[in-house]
Amino acid sequence: MRERVVVRIGTVDFDPGAEFRLLCERTGGAGGIGSFVGIVRGEAGGRAITAMTLEHYPAMTERAVRAIAEEAQRRWGLLGVTVVHRVGRLVPGEQIVLVMAAAAHRAPALAATSFLIDWLKTKAPFWKKEHFADGTAAWVAAEAADEAAAARWR
Amino acid sequence: MRLLYFAWLRERLGRAEEEIALPSSVRTVGELMAWLGKREVPGGALFGESGVIRAAVNQELAGPETRLSEGDEVAFFPPMTGG
Repeated sequence: MRERVVVRIGTVDFDPGAEFRLLCERTGGAGGIGSFVGIVRGEAGGRAITAMTLEHYPAMTERAVRAIAEEAQRRWGLLGVTVVHRVGRLVPGEQIVLVMAAAAHRAPALAATSFLIDWLKTKAPFWKKEHFADGTAAWVAAEAADEAAAARWR
Repeated sequence: MRLLYFAWLRERLGRAEEEIALPSSVRTVGELMAWLGKREVPGGALFGESGVIRAAVNQELAGPETRLSEGDEVAFFPPMTGG
């Protein structure tokens, strides 16, 4: 039985190439795979960042992320979805999140990729805290633009 | 009832979780937030600021009208910032 939806939450890094090959193996016949990798930036608002901490709600996270991935699978009839999201302490340049959507054609693959990352930002229980070079830290504020991006998929 | 707090709400309240006895007057998430907002604890007033805090009941996102039962796990947190 080939799994349509694969979700993994954890502290360990991921290999996008390896995940891509695994998704290809799971979804023979896909005409295209859309993908997005989120990476920790080195600055926020002009201030240098030394690290980012991703807090989450362990009992809820995997279920919430899986529900988003299954929603994408249903809406676009995807042949396969992979979502990997890291938690814990990450430094600039490290990968945070991977989403991949395999479909028969490019339009659903690309649309589903956008949908997945938009909904992950606003509907899955993750919270980012940025640690600055001067020793201070601040929780990342939810952006109205992110809410608007998520809302366009309703 | 078990309450969980995350991110800056957890820091402002100074705790990640607590057990409460659900008052009989509290039947919904909105009523629970109003009740928590009246407690004189550090950060307690945050519950009274409308629209700031989100909730989940038994690990599902919930709104102010969501009904509560004594055995529920209720989580409160700021708007999510994943991805």
